[in-house]
Formats: sequence, C-alpha cells, structure tokens
Amino acid sequence: MITRILLLLFLPSVIAQDLCEDGKDGYKVRLSIKTALGDKAYDWNESEMFLFRSSLAFAMRKYTQEEKFEISNILVCNETKRVSFVFVVTSPNDSTKLIPKDQVASAVRKHRHRLNSAFLLSDGTLEFVGIPPTLATPITYSTQPWLIVFGVVIGAVAVGILSVLMSTMTRRRRAADKGIDSGKEEERIEGFVKENGTSLTRLDSKDGDYNKAFSNDERFTKL
Amino acid sequence: MKLKLKLPNPGLDERIPSHAELERIEKEDAGERPQWDNKTQYMLTCVGFCVGLGNVWRFPYLCQSHGGGAFMIPFLILLVLEGIPLLHLEFAIGQRLRKGSVGVWTAINPYLAGVGISSMLVSFLVGMYYNTIIAWVMWYFFNSFQDPLPWSQCPVNENRSGLVSECARSSPVDYFWYRETLNTTSSIGETGGMQWWVVVCLVCAWTLLWVCCIRGIETTGKAVYITSTLPYVVLTIFLIRGLTLKGSVRGIEFLFTPDLDELLNPSTWLDAGAQVFYSFSLAFGGLISFSSYNSVHNNCEQDAVIISIINGLTSIYAAIVIYSIIGFRATERFDECLNGNILTLLNVFDLPEGNITETNYDSFIQNLNSTAPDALQELGLRTCDMQTFLSQGVEGTGLAFIVFTEAITKMPVSPLWSVLFFIMLFCLGLSTMFGSVEGVVVPLQDLNIFPKRWPKEIFTGMVCFASFGLAVIFAQGSGNYWLALFDSFAGSIPLLIIAFCEMMAVSYIYGIDRFNDDIKFMIGHKPNIFWQATWRFISPLVVLVIFLFYFVTTISKDLTYIAWDPESVNFPALVTLNYPQWVYIIIFLLSGVPALFIPGVALYKLIQKRCCKKEKHTEEAISSTSARIHMSDEADKSDTNINTLHSDNHN
Repeated sequence: MITRILLLLFLPSVIAQDLCEDGKDGYKVRLSIKTALGDKAYDWNESEMFLFRSSLAFAMRKYTQEEKFEISNILVCNETKRVSFVFVVTSPNDSTKLIPKDQVASAVRKHRHRLNSAFLLSDGTLEFVGIPPTLATPITYSTQPWLIVFGVVIGAVAVGILSVLMSTMTRRRRAADKGIDSGKEEERIEGFVKENGTSLTRLDSKDGDYNKAFSNDERFTKL
Repeated sequence: MKLKLKLPNPGLDERIPSHAELERIEKEDAGERPQWDNKTQYMLTCVGFCVGLGNVWRFPYLCQSHGGGAFMIPFLILLVLEGIPLLHLEFAIGQRLRKGSVGVWTAINPYLAGVGISSMLVSFLVGMYYNTIIAWVMWYFFNSFQDPLPWSQCPVNENRSGLVSECARSSPVDYFWYRETLNTTSSIGETGGMQWWVVVCLVCAWTLLWVCCIRGIETTGKAVYITSTLPYVVLTIFLIRGLTLKGSVRGIEFLFTPDLDELLNPSTWLDAGAQVFYSFSLAFGGLISFSSYNSVHNNCEQDAVIISIINGLTSIYAAIVIYSIIGFRATERFDECLNGNILTLLNVFDLPEGNITETNYDSFIQNLNSTAPDALQELGLRTCDMQTFLSQGVEGTGLAFIVFTEAITKMPVSPLWSVLFFIMLFCLGLSTMFGSVEGVVVPLQDLNIFPKRWPKEIFTGMVCFASFGLAVIFAQGSGNYWLALFDSFAGSIPLLIIAFCEMMAVSYIYGIDRFNDDIKFMIGHKPNIFWQATWRFISPLVVLVIFLFYFVTTISKDLTYIAWDPESVNFPALVTLNYPQWVYIIIFLLSGVPALFIPGVALYKLIQKRCCKKEKHTEEAISSTSARIHMSDEADKSDTNINTLHSDNHN
C-alpha cells in the first residue's frame, strides 16, 4: 500500500524526468552570467531556476494565447555547473504530451527580449542551443549619410572655384582699365593684356625703375 | 678631385641667366615668374610634397619587417648619402636656373629636354593614381559620419536569415573595402563596370585639387598652411589616444625590437634606399619648380638638410603612432580569440565560468593534450598567436582601409577617430598632389603647349580634367588591380633612371665646377667635400644599384598580383594570380616609355638640328644684346619657327 502511494507520488516526477531526458523535443540552455555581468554577477540557484521556468511559461502563454501554461509544465533536467540545462514543455491539458520543438522555438524567438531582460543577459549570454537569435533590423536611412557629407564638400568646393574665377575676372577688368600704372598691384598676370597697341611686358614692374616695355618696343614696334 | 670630367656643352652661357642677370632680376623683383609670399609657405609646401602616404603606410611596415630598430641604421645612412644630396641638387639647380624641370634640363643642354619631359610624364601618371587613393580616402571620410560605422558590422542578407555570406566568411572591414567600396572583380581581366560612387568621389577629389592649385603656388601656398600641418596635429592626437589603449606598448615594442642580423640581408639595404628615394618625391620635377620661385640667395643647402630631417623624423613618428594602434588591435584580436577558445572549452566540458582564465589556459591545454589529445583535436580550437596578429597585412591600402579601420571600430567614439584619421590621410595625399600637379603644369608651360595668354586657371583645369578622365579606369570593378599595376611600374623604374640622369647631367654636363660656383654665388660658400663626393660618385652609385636590382628582379620573375576572389579555395586569403599577356604591354608602356623619352628626344633634336642647319646660321647672325637676352631660351626652338613671344604679349 505504502509503495503504491509512494509510486503514485513519485510517478509524475519520474515520468517528467523521462520526458525531459529523452531530449527529442527539448532545448539546451546555456547561461554565461559572469561574462555578461562581471562583478555584478548573481549566483545561479533554485530561485533563478524558478524565474526561468516562470518566464518560459509566460512566453508559451503569450505565444499560444489560450492555453494556460503553468510552471509545472516546464520540465528541467541535466543541470550542470556551467550553468546549462535541458528543458521541455508539456501541454497544460495532458502532462505526458510534449509541445513540439518548433512551437517552443517560435515562442522563445518571439519573446527573446523579455527572456533576456528577466536575467539581465543578451542573446549571446543566454544561449538557446539550436535557436539562432533574430538579427537586428539593419538601419536604413532615407538619404545615405555619405551623400549629405559629399554634398556639403562639393558645395564648398564649387563656391571656392566660383570665387576664385570671379576674382580673376575682376582683376582682368581692373588691369585693363588701369593701364601701365597697374604696376602697383602685386598680383602677377601672365602677360596677356594688350593695351591700345603698346605692349606691356609685366604689369608688376616697379614704377619708374626699369621700364621693360620701352626696351621691348625696339624689337616689336608694329609699323 | 683632379679628374674633373666634363662633357663638352657649347652655348651653355647663352641659355642660362648669368650671375649678373640673376642679381638684376633679384633687385628688380621682376619676372612673370610667381614667387613665394614667405619662406614658411615654401618650406611647408616642400615638406608637404615629401611627407605623404608612404611615410604612414610604407615606412612602418618596412621598419617592422626588416628588423625593427635595426632598420634605422640603413635608413639613416642612405638618407644622408642619397636623400639629402639629391634634394640639395634639385633645390640648387631650380633656384639657379629659375625654371621648371623641362626648362632647367633644356637650358643645361637641349638634348636633355627628354629628362624634363620624362619627369612630366611620370608626374602625370603618378598623380593619376595617387588622387584615386585620395578619392577612396574621401569615400571613407564621407562614410565616417554615422554611428555605428558601416564597416563595423556585416549587413544582413535579403531574407534576413543571416549575414551576407561573403562578409560572414571574411570580416566586416574586408567586406566594406572589397565589396562596398571597390566592388572588386576577381581578376584584372574582368572590368566589372563603372562604380558610380567611386566616380563621384573622384570628381570631388579632382575638383578639390583644382581649387587648391588653380593659380599655382598663389593658391597652394595658402592651402599648405592647413594640409601640411594638420597631419602632425592628428598624429599627436592619435599618439595620446593610442598610448592610453591596452596593448599599444606591445605594438611599439614589436616595431622597434632590433634584429641586427637583418643588416646582413642586402634586401634590407635596398628597401631602405628605395624608401628614402621615393619618400623624397625626387625626380618628379615638382621640387625643382618650387625652388625656382625662391629668391636667388635663399640658402638651399640649409633647406635641403632641414626638409630631409623633417621627413625622416615624420616617418619615425608616424611609425610609432601606427604601431601603437596596431598593438591595440592585435591585443583585442588575441583576447577575442582566446576568450572564444575558453568559451568552447567551458561549453564542451560544462565547467563553471571562471574556471579557465587567460592565465591557466595554457596549463589546461597542456593537461588536456596529455590526457585526451584526440578530444583536443576535435574541439577545433583556433591558434591565438600574438605575433601573427601583429604582423598582419600592415602596409599600403591594407593598413589604412582594413587594419586601421578595424582598430578604430574597437575604440570608443569611433566616428570621431575615423573622421580624424581620414582627414589626416587626405591632407597627406593632397599636399603631395600639389607637387605632382606643379610637375605637370610647369613643363607644359615651358614647352609652350598652350598659348601664353591663356590664364593659369585654364592650364590647371585642363590638366586636372585630363587626369580625371583617364583616372576613371580606376573606378571600374578591377580598378584596384590597375592601381597596383601603376604603383609598381609607373612610379618606380622611370624615377630611378631620371634621378641618375639628373645627377650625371649636373655633375658632368653642366659641370661640377660651374655648379659649385653657382652655389657659392647663391649662398655664400662653396659646397664642401661631402657634397662633392656624393653628387659625383656616391649618390649616382646608390641609385644605379637600386635600379639594377629592381630591373633584374622585375625581368627575372613572373609578374603576379593579389586578388580578392570569394570563390577561391582559400578565401578569405587573397589569391595570387599571374598577369595576362596583354598586361605586359601596358607594363612596358608605363615603365619603358617615360624612360625612353630621354634618348628619344635627344635623337629627335639631333635629327632636327641636322636637317634645319641653314636656318640656324641665319638666326645666330642676330647677336644684339636684347636679342640675346630674350632669345636665350628660344635658341633651340628657332629651327622650326621664330616664336617671339617670350614675355611679350603679342598674339
């Protein structure tokens, strides 16, 4: 009689162990708490395990939306010092039936962020072996940032070119107006100005010292 | 010294201004020739021309691969025996003859005009590909204004199931460089089409260069205040930042650990000689031009020594900075590798965290090796070797765009460091380009290719536009391979030949006696025995030896290049391919044609002289003073037509 009672008491847990250790529909979980948190790492104990089972039950509830998963539906085995273990999820209606792997995976993926936050970990440090993390959405820009910078630079360059060309034009006009006296200006213009038939060699020759224009006229005076 | 070999050189006095002439020009401050606003501009421009990308990404690599601190010895010795004399020679001859490279060599002897034209061609070809590197730098600069940096993570593939395969197999920095920047093909034969974003960056680079060079030294003289000084500021900032990072000292140790056995290796000396030569941007003609705008009594000897010292010190300083950052990167990679292995071990053996750390890792592995070596093999642990990480791909574009950018992503506030780094590279490159453009524009002016009344803005604009037009080949998918081709062949052998000819011309055709007198006239004392020995024997010998070595190695071996091929077996390692046959023609054109111009032009002038002898006699009859002064540099052109447009402005 007592054995029968004992058997009845321990049967569910024995069955549960069997379900978990079968390993077909279960996932291995690995936590790297010290890597993630360093000095602020907490110890892994019963309470933390309780939190895990409850958060997983929460994830299953949200995923299925009607079925009321309890903590007893989450079975855990093969715990190691690494802090790794295997878990399986049983159906709330029938505790001998396991929820299929892919459903569990989808539930975990959907609420990965909540699960991570519960433990202050990330996708890499709370590892579900066999469930790859969802990749973050790549940032898309309406205009590529490099085009904006390029626009700014090329605009500045264009302004520079225009101002230089403008100043050249004004210099030419000014030089054309002034005539020989433009020797006062320091700028050099590669002798392209022709002035009323006389030839100017250099517009920057100093006043009065050496009038090259004069000496050149000997050779180049047009008759 | 008794043997003063000098080749006959008739008519030299007619072609060059005499000392009295120079004094007069100096006093009158006359001359359509531009002038420097002050000495600082001149020094900054020369320093900027000499200090370029090679100081940052070639010298540190050579230093580290040839015995670290021991490399300083051949480098400094050859700096003194080869670099300084050649630099002084170019400065002095430019200052004395007051012309660009074509003008100077034509004045020394009309048959030597080919040397100047060769310089011009090499400046043009090198400028073409150098500015493409600047365009790539600008692309990275434009992309640095975002957080996270685009080369810090792999992009996600179309169905968002994973990372792009090419990126996942190599690394985000490699992927960004080879795929998103270059979009490189797998061999030089496949062109891969025009990459529009590279063309856009090329446009930007060439227009920016044009706006800085638009009026020659008038505008570049202002631009160099920034482009020559900013790199030093940024290097200092990086040094301070680098020294505060973990592992930086390890990198500096790696750089300077001397290995004196390397000194016995001849290739160390040859690499040192080549580095000194190319680092000084000699034989481009730009330095001769810059120096010709100086006043006649400028102390060119002092300038040469100062600029050489600055160049050498900059190389060493840049090497320290670069290797501090490389040390940091190597340490990060090593830690990552080790932690990855530790994690694998913990997972496999289900040990609690903290059981295996960096300190007891080795003993644990040894233990495992002795107890269960098969299990160890099966784990597939990566080998983490600090030396390998320190010596990875650390020269050329690989250093700047792969290794350094990766290091930057690991630093906090990465966009800031990225922006600073690429501004520095941009300034280094741009200041070198000023010299290149000068080396092309001034010879064109001297050759009277363009009518004299055209303003300088149009000259520089046309040169920039033509260079841009041809540089578009580097914007193709295979552009990177073309650039490597140009870098290896256009900018190497011809320069050595030109430099050798320059020294021979000045020492033996112009005459070392006359040159000594000129320098005495310009700076007040005759150059001492050091200069005599180096100009006449030592420096030409060094250049000749380097040239022969390069020539022999190029001819004797199969020419290969490295390519990025995602389908290759060893991907992500670069694959070595042979050049196809048609590329050999291009190599000959790049290396041979500039060099062949030297004898070619001499021959052309000889033929011209022979068949038009009659006209020449008529011209020499006019020997009035004014004619001599103004016809001085027209004497050899008088064969074809009487171009009276010296400085006069008649159409």
